[in-house]
Amino acid sequence: MSGKRDIVLSVNGRDYKIQVEPRRTLVDAIREDCGLTGTHIGCEHGVCGACTVLVDGAAVRSCLMFAVQADKKTIRTVEGLAAGDELSVLQRAFMEHHGLQCGFCTPGFLMLITGVLEREPDIGDEELIDVLASNLCRCTGYQNIIKAVRAAVQERRAK
Amino acid sequence: MSVAGPTGWVGRSIRRLEDPVLIAGRGRFTADLPAAHRVRFVRSQHAAGRIANISAPNGIMLVTAADLKDVKPIRPMLHKFDYVPIGQPVLATDRVRFVGEAIAAVVAASEAEAEDAADAVEVDLTPADALIDARAALADGAPLVHAEARGNVIVKGTVETPEFAAARSGADRLLRVDVRSHRQNATPLEPRCGHAAFDPASGRITLTCSTQMPHLTRTAIADLLGLPEAELRVIAPDVGGGFGQKMSLPPEYVLLVWLARKLQSSVAWSEDRHENLIAAFHSRDQQITLEGGFDRDGKLVCLSADVIANIGAYSCFPTTGAVEPLMAMAEMPGPYDVRGYRCAARGVLTHTCPMAPYRGVSRPVITFAIERLMDRAAVSFGIEPSELRRRNLIKRFPYVSATGLTFDDATYVETMELAIKHIDLAAFRKRQKAERAKGCYIGIGLSTFSERTGYGTPAFAARGMEITPGWETVEISIDPSGFVEARIGASPHGQGLRTTLAQIIADEIGVDPRMIRVVHGDTDRTPYGFGTFASRSLVIAGGASLLAARKVRVKLTRIAGYLLETSADDIVLEAGVAKVAGTDRSLPIESLARAAYHQLHRFKGEIEPGIAESATYDPPGTFSNACHVAIAEVDPDTGRVTLEKFLAAEDAGRIINPMIVDGQIHGGIAQGIANALLEEIVYDGSGNVLTSTLADFLPPTAREIPPIELHHLETMSEATITRAKGVGEGGTIGAPAAVLNAINDAIAPFGVEINEMPATPQRIRAALRAVEKRT
Repeated sequence: MSGKRDIVLSVNGRDYKIQVEPRRTLVDAIREDCGLTGTHIGCEHGVCGACTVLVDGAAVRSCLMFAVQADKKTIRTVEGLAAGDELSVLQRAFMEHHGLQCGFCTPGFLMLITGVLEREPDIGDEELIDVLASNLCRCTGYQNIIKAVRAAVQERRAK
Repeated sequence: MSVAGPTGWVGRSIRRLEDPVLIAGRGRFTADLPAAHRVRFVRSQHAAGRIANISAPNGIMLVTAADLKDVKPIRPMLHKFDYVPIGQPVLATDRVRFVGEAIAAVVAASEAEAEDAADAVEVDLTPADALIDARAALADGAPLVHAEARGNVIVKGTVETPEFAAARSGADRLLRVDVRSHRQNATPLEPRCGHAAFDPASGRITLTCSTQMPHLTRTAIADLLGLPEAELRVIAPDVGGGFGQKMSLPPEYVLLVWLARKLQSSVAWSEDRHENLIAAFHSRDQQITLEGGFDRDGKLVCLSADVIANIGAYSCFPTTGAVEPLMAMAEMPGPYDVRGYRCAARGVLTHTCPMAPYRGVSRPVITFAIERLMDRAAVSFGIEPSELRRRNLIKRFPYVSATGLTFDDATYVETMELAIKHIDLAAFRKRQKAERAKGCYIGIGLSTFSERTGYGTPAFAARGMEITPGWETVEISIDPSGFVEARIGASPHGQGLRTTLAQIIADEIGVDPRMIRVVHGDTDRTPYGFGTFASRSLVIAGGASLLAARKVRVKLTRIAGYLLETSADDIVLEAGVAKVAGTDRSLPIESLARAAYHQLHRFKGEIEPGIAESATYDPPGTFSNACHVAIAEVDPDTGRVTLEKFLAAEDAGRIINPMIVDGQIHGGIAQGIANALLEEIVYDGSGNVLTSTLADFLPPTAREIPPIELHHLETMSEATITRAKGVGEGGTIGAPAAVLNAINDAIAPFGVEINEMPATPQRIRAALRAVEKRT
């Protein structure tokens, strides 16, 4: 077994100096070493997207990235979406339109969409559905996730 | 239906009380708990065989069946239908019976180390011939999966009504369908997960696990380990979906409790997706031959079914593996009026993962079967499928079915007419003709069905179940500060029950639902109950909530009557205050609560201290109903199916929260569509699962699920005290049949049928290729 490496993960604006084995995945480091359990593990093979976080602004399956690869990179997770008690537009839209049921996939969807809307605020509706098809939800049949995301897009554009 | 809006909280799409925590990533799921030890299971790579030896290098903590001599096998019981009780050891003893069966466990400080340790375990196993298909298991001379189950049949139900023989011989025509439903996995996004911790002060164990039934989990594990239940606390924290897969007892949880006791420490196990797909419970593996006899007007006069359910290697607790074949037998006629009925339903053991309930339980398969029969009959009689159904749907209520089930008031015809109106059937037929002329194959499929919900103790007893999970208890208390707490035995995991129960209670006692905390999923904090499954919680826990809230209401009005010096009958509870009707005299509920606890002297000994009431509800059961319509396009060159539209018209009685009801139906329909088109657990001939990742099992994404349009009839039910019926499973029950009927309507010009699901491109192409060769 290879020894542990010292790395720094910058998560939601805070630096976590941690020691990890090279084989440790980013999601395990975020959950167990940083104690941020809002990011969930659904498949560990990069299909379901429950573990999606933003790394330097891009949506990443954190089960497919090693923690050492994220050393000194800027990471954002669901815990960093709200500004204090003020939820993001997207978070509010999910609540308003019943875009979550069990809530297990929700952090992954929120991070996926947050990343896309920041990068491509004018993304078209069809492209948006393609992006949503990156992640799996087992409860909602996607109807209300799509509704919530469309509402959030509208609200962001109206601002 | 009344057009007036709701006057209270019930009937309103209020935001869910569950959401603020979940949306911020502050939910607490089982895997979020730290543990001193991590457990990894060593699983069989062979479907059948004899274990000669299991060993591990020094330094690895290995647990095998030899260590568990005092632990009883899981042996659920059924007292009817020649059920053969079989046991499942927590870890395999001398034999393995399916790929994925746990044969040993290793314990290490971290998950990674536990995985390393599991890899180092050596299992010396002599493989044997495996039975994968149920028909192979039924063949003469087939090896036995369990020696005590002769012919590999674990249960056999048969029924024949006195009217059957004459009806069949007098039928104008007999039509037959052979349908095959391949294996499914419910696939909650959070796999199974357990965490057992020893408390040195009390010596008790707390098992936190992703379950739909905390109390029954406690009962089952205490029984298996020979403990008083008081020594075990089971917590279901936030649960990431269940869909039935988490209502059956996993042997893994038993081992966690055993380990926590042995190590006097905390141990945790998080199932990975591979384990979930091969070794968490499967479902829906059935083959059905269904024959219908029709009179010359297209009226169904007799129905004959042969049901073979592949229930896998063991029988699940608490329902037993008999649940699918027996439900198929009891409910095969669906919403149709037919007196002549004959059925033989067998549950067959094979060397595959055990089957257990999955949302809809058996009814997605039997609805598929009878709805295919109905469409076949419509073609035979040259009439619209809707017309054929119109002639056969139950119209008079209460209706006692051929199998003795009482169907309460429902709207089978009305929901179908509503669906047809909104889909504009006539316009579709015109378009279909025009498209066909252009070589484009579109089709429409209907599915009319009932959804049995909220059934009480007698319904389970009729099945001969040892455990009859029919009732629920709800306790409601108000603390001295005026805060309302409702403690329930049901165990929601995504259904929004905290919100809907709070709405029901809020209307009774006149407070805002946000002032009511619904506590669930903790055997130390909640009254004994059965959990959340079978579309039961809103009906049964909702009914108990209403009854308990009525008692609280009576107490509050009595207290207020004393304090406001008037009769309790004059007190009105609303907006958090008790008012004397027609006056401006009032007291906030906090003051009533405070007095009930701290100023008992004011009531002259006529009021018991505190505010805490409890009620139980055990309803007779009821049927929700719906009509689903799918419009599909089939590309004959590739076999690809594209769903253009999906519409459902449903009636589940009073709707407590329309937003939540729609969400339940959306999710169910998406799973039904996945069942019809995509998802399948595929075994190879030697019993290995070929679909052990989500890239192979194919749950649908936002791209595969079309827009779903919903319409509601809200017929107030007399069958339940809330006048609401359950709605959790209907989506999954009706959708597969609608999709398969749409596919068959689309490819009708080719003269072939698809009676197998999922209807994958390969299966559709194979059917079309067969006719291409002939022509």
